[in-house]
Amino acid sequence: MTKRKFGLGLSLVLAAGTILGACGTKNDEKASTGSEGTDKGTTESTDFSIAMITDVGGVDDKSFNQSAWEGFKAWGAEHGLEKGDGGFDYLQSAGDADYVTNLNNLVRRDFDIVYGIGFLLEEPIGTIADQKPDNKFVILDGVADKPNVVSVLFKEQEVAYLAGVAAALMSETKQVGFVGGMEIPVIERFEAGFVEGVKAVDPSIKVDVQYTGKFDDAALGKTTANRMYSSGVDIIAHAAGGTGNGVFAEAKERKTKDANANVWVIGVDSDQYEEGAVGDTNVTLTSMLKKVGTAVQDVADAAMAGDFPGGTTLTYGLAEEGVELADSRGNIPQDVLDQIQEYADKVASGEITVPETLE
Amino acid sequence: MEYVIEMLGIRKEFGSFVANDNITLQLKKGEIHALLGENGAGKSTLMNVLFGLYQPEAGEIKVNGKTVNITDPNVANDLGIGMVHQHFMLVENFTVTENIILGNELTKGGVIDIKDAAKKIHSLSEMYGLAVDPYAKIEDISVGMQQRVEILKTLYRGAEILIFDEPTASLTPQEIVELIQIMKRLIQEGKSIILITHKLKEIMDVSDRVTVIRKGEGIGTVITSETNPNELASLMVGRQVDFTTVKDEANPTDDALVVKNLVVTDYRGVEKVKNLNLTVRKGEILGIAGIDGNGQSELIEAITGLRKTKSGSISINGQDITNKKPRKVTETGVGHIPQDRHKHGLVLDFPIGHNIALQTYYVDPISKNGIMNYGKVSDLAQKIIREYDVRTQGEHTPARALSGGNQQKAIIGREIERNPELLIAALPTRGLDVGAIEFIHQRLIEQRDKGKAVLLLSFELDEVMNVSDRIAVIYDGQIVDTLLPKETTEQELGLLMAGQNTRENVVKQGDKENAE
Amino acid sequence: MPNRVVNILVPVISVILGLLVGAVVMLASGYDPVAGYAALWNGIFGDSYTIGETIRTITPYLLSGLAVAFAFRTGLFNIGVEGQLLVGWFAAAYVGIAFDLPMYIHLPLAIIAAAVAGGLWAFIPGLLKAKLQVHEVIVTIMMNYIALHTTNVLIRMVANGKETTAPIKETASLKSAFFESMTDFSRLHYGIFIALAMVLVMWFILEKTTTGFELKAVGFNKHASEYAGMNVNKNIILSMVISGAFAGLAGAMEALGTFQYASVKGGFTGIGFDGIAVALLGANTPLGVVFGAVLFGALKFGALNMPNAADIPVEIVSIVIALIIFFVACGYIIRYFLEKLNKKKEAK
Repeated sequence: MTKRKFGLGLSLVLAAGTILGACGTKNDEKASTGSEGTDKGTTESTDFSIAMITDVGGVDDKSFNQSAWEGFKAWGAEHGLEKGDGGFDYLQSAGDADYVTNLNNLVRRDFDIVYGIGFLLEEPIGTIADQKPDNKFVILDGVADKPNVVSVLFKEQEVAYLAGVAAALMSETKQVGFVGGMEIPVIERFEAGFVEGVKAVDPSIKVDVQYTGKFDDAALGKTTANRMYSSGVDIIAHAAGGTGNGVFAEAKERKTKDANANVWVIGVDSDQYEEGAVGDTNVTLTSMLKKVGTAVQDVADAAMAGDFPGGTTLTYGLAEEGVELADSRGNIPQDVLDQIQEYADKVASGEITVPETLE
Repeated sequence: MEYVIEMLGIRKEFGSFVANDNITLQLKKGEIHALLGENGAGKSTLMNVLFGLYQPEAGEIKVNGKTVNITDPNVANDLGIGMVHQHFMLVENFTVTENIILGNELTKGGVIDIKDAAKKIHSLSEMYGLAVDPYAKIEDISVGMQQRVEILKTLYRGAEILIFDEPTASLTPQEIVELIQIMKRLIQEGKSIILITHKLKEIMDVSDRVTVIRKGEGIGTVITSETNPNELASLMVGRQVDFTTVKDEANPTDDALVVKNLVVTDYRGVEKVKNLNLTVRKGEILGIAGIDGNGQSELIEAITGLRKTKSGSISINGQDITNKKPRKVTETGVGHIPQDRHKHGLVLDFPIGHNIALQTYYVDPISKNGIMNYGKVSDLAQKIIREYDVRTQGEHTPARALSGGNQQKAIIGREIERNPELLIAALPTRGLDVGAIEFIHQRLIEQRDKGKAVLLLSFELDEVMNVSDRIAVIYDGQIVDTLLPKETTEQELGLLMAGQNTRENVVKQGDKENAE
Repeated sequence: MPNRVVNILVPVISVILGLLVGAVVMLASGYDPVAGYAALWNGIFGDSYTIGETIRTITPYLLSGLAVAFAFRTGLFNIGVEGQLLVGWFAAAYVGIAFDLPMYIHLPLAIIAAAVAGGLWAFIPGLLKAKLQVHEVIVTIMMNYIALHTTNVLIRMVANGKETTAPIKETASLKSAFFESMTDFSRLHYGIFIALAMVLVMWFILEKTTTGFELKAVGFNKHASEYAGMNVNKNIILSMVISGAFAGLAGAMEALGTFQYASVKGGFTGIGFDGIAVALLGANTPLGVVFGAVLFGALKFGALNMPNAADIPVEIVSIVIALIIFFVACGYIIRYFLEKLNKKKEAK
């Protein structure tokens, strides 16, 4: 993540720093000859087409991958495209070894832009970008310093900071929890923001932080949540993809058994309100939205217009409206929302700088 | 009709192999009819045909004069045919009653009526003199008792014709006597019995008539009282069998194996060999007589290095081998024909040739610099197969596919070929037929005549009496007496083996041992 | 003669059966089986790239299959291939990153480090089995978890807190420019030659050496081997170590060939566990393992193309692939019984 410094100063879309030249010399001759052979003889489509590969979670992970895919579908609908060749499509990976192959498959199907969804795709995108210098790639949540790659980062710490504020203001037990997936920088930014946000409101509130090491193990998420709630935690924020679904499951179970149970979950990536429904009530306090769909569409639009910002890193924060808290649908009272808004304004204006990592 | 069962011209084929060819067996009501044949002669196949497990290719089966078609064991049961298997088919942690009614449970409104069944079993056992406790668990009762349960099982199901498959194979001499009484009682009560065996002595003792089969062919039926063991043996093997073991007087010289004050414990730490003293001299066969479980196995395992001793010493020709590793013991000059040839004697899934090399695979010329020379393995295997008459398709046939006798011959060849100073033969003829037994006894005597020491362990008194030059009787982990075969009788040995001995005798024995 | 026909027919029939049942599954869930299988075929043999990647996928399966098979032949059930692979992976990557050496030293050193690491990891269950009669299945399973999390920690240390280490030095790489140009940038690497060499090594150890004779004897019958003077404990440990070394080499294939780095893992690679199936499919013989690995590797890799080219969801693809392997395994069982039946007849 050393290259993230490039992105920090950048504002929405293709603003500032085009560091194109920096790595332009990297592609070797072999790479260019190789890519020529892969052009399949399909008729040139005037339509612009995009495809993405997910990590081990699928497009139905109710989280990051799903948000990206929703963005794809919305963009496709807007431009009258169908799922499949020449339109938009996705491939899911079963493990590390599949990433490069799946990327290759999509390149061979002549998609104009291939997106790698998630930090785990950072390395494979870098590899394929070298091999196929004539193709365009996007990496979300990661940085690949190549002329034909756009890197997209989010300021997760900013939205997590607001979630922390919300949790601190709402907690009755003065104990809150954070369930993370793997200890990777993206998740650590969520953690840092959340912990800082809680501290900003009330330094005496205890934050129980647990990493599960996995993004696809709901059962593990459920037991982790069970331990936290049992120990007195009343609000858990998760940043654990599919593992986080287990956090919802645990909260809903408690709510079903006892309608007055004081348990809340803060969702991540997309609006997870639906996840938290228990009869007429809901355990979802709010969600830390990363507007992945917006970012996906922004890059596609720019590329279609001939302005593919290759070699740059785009950073989406509160100020750029790339991250935000989801509508709480009344679960957070208006006076608390007002207080949160104050913090939000300060973050957006730069008055408060939220750190990316905990000291 | 006087026959309860007639099997006429039975032929059974497995592919191109003919297991039974034109065999006729007629069982009279109320007789004990022995079915005699070598291992693999087709006895079991014939009985499985009768029991409905195999369908014959030709021939006819009549029960009480009526032609029947026995398609499966249930049909056999309904016809009153019951089988007492060699390997008992009992559930260890069930009671006697539960085992007997298993698969034939009488229910009252869906509930098994154990009491009623137990009563019925009790009356059956009274009638046939089969003393068993209906409520005892199988795991708690002796092998002989378990066999009675098997017999009761068939009677409970209304069997009129009982097939006994090698019933004495796992019984002690005492239990054999009891079994013979039971069989006679069954006959008195009107049952008929087919007795499968290759033990000539038993046939002479109990049977009325004998049907002999050899290599799948029916040789004929003779009346027991009109024949003798020698005739039966030659009918079975197809040649004249020298039945009494012919051997010259032994010329024992120096002590070879000397065991002093040996104490060995079993895996639970219980002492099984208790301060045992034993000497085997060069040029003699010392037979150890005793009932299974009196420390024989532990003694042999201690000598061969498979089990650690607690105290005492063991030496071969003056060289101490106490608690040495098995390989060290073999290299000192001990050959060992193990008691359990499937567990210890052979790697059953290895070719027989590999098994023959199992003691010498690691030395020149078979192994050089860690590389095997399978050509030399082959040479050795072929030599042993030839010289020891191991009947196999070839050296590459898995040991598993050989008959018991041929497996044993391969082991004996392997051990004798190394020319050991001491040859330990533990139950070397168990389960083998007359021909193989004769062959093996000759080899043991040959070793003796070469001036080597031989230690023979056997549960068969005949064998001990015939082959040994001296007999040591083991009881409760000690040698209670050492006798000369000429000067003793089976009765005396039997009493000693059962521990019927005074303290004086033991002391006297100790003196005798020391005097030697 | 009919025997030979049976030998050829049984696997063919079982593959066809597997394909048929797989087709039914696809039809039942509303997908086109013809397109699906065409995609599978093209995913395996479609062009030089897929062929290269197929062979690349087969490479670690060969070694993990050998590892399981070798232990099996000596009567041990090594479920720990996965963990041994992970430590081998880390060891190879570490040596590949940390040293600056000429290739002829560096590459062999990295490969040997992987084998040694895997061997050591398997030595522990071997020792426990030999000395304390602890069942190797339990120990190896637990050692897998220990390996996973220990290597994760070590990788973070080597990578200065990041998830992925720096790439290994080129002097330790199995990457092949020649293969790359031949197969349109597939990740096919020279490791395939190492894997095939190890097939020969396993055959040589088992069939030609005195040690192999002992290992096999101990595997078939511990008691008879002990009686014959073999050191059963030594053989158990040795067998585990050799098995672990094969597994470690499978890790080296990933570290020095496919990935060129080590990265923190959220879960197991599955290659070690699939090695059990590979070994069983191949009846635990060296040549059989080649067959098993080719089948497994080709199906695993080819399956990736089914969602890609035929739009069949990965879940359905997993079922179809599992069915094919399942039927091939059954075919093996059928043949096994046929052979046994024949042998019995001959013996009588």
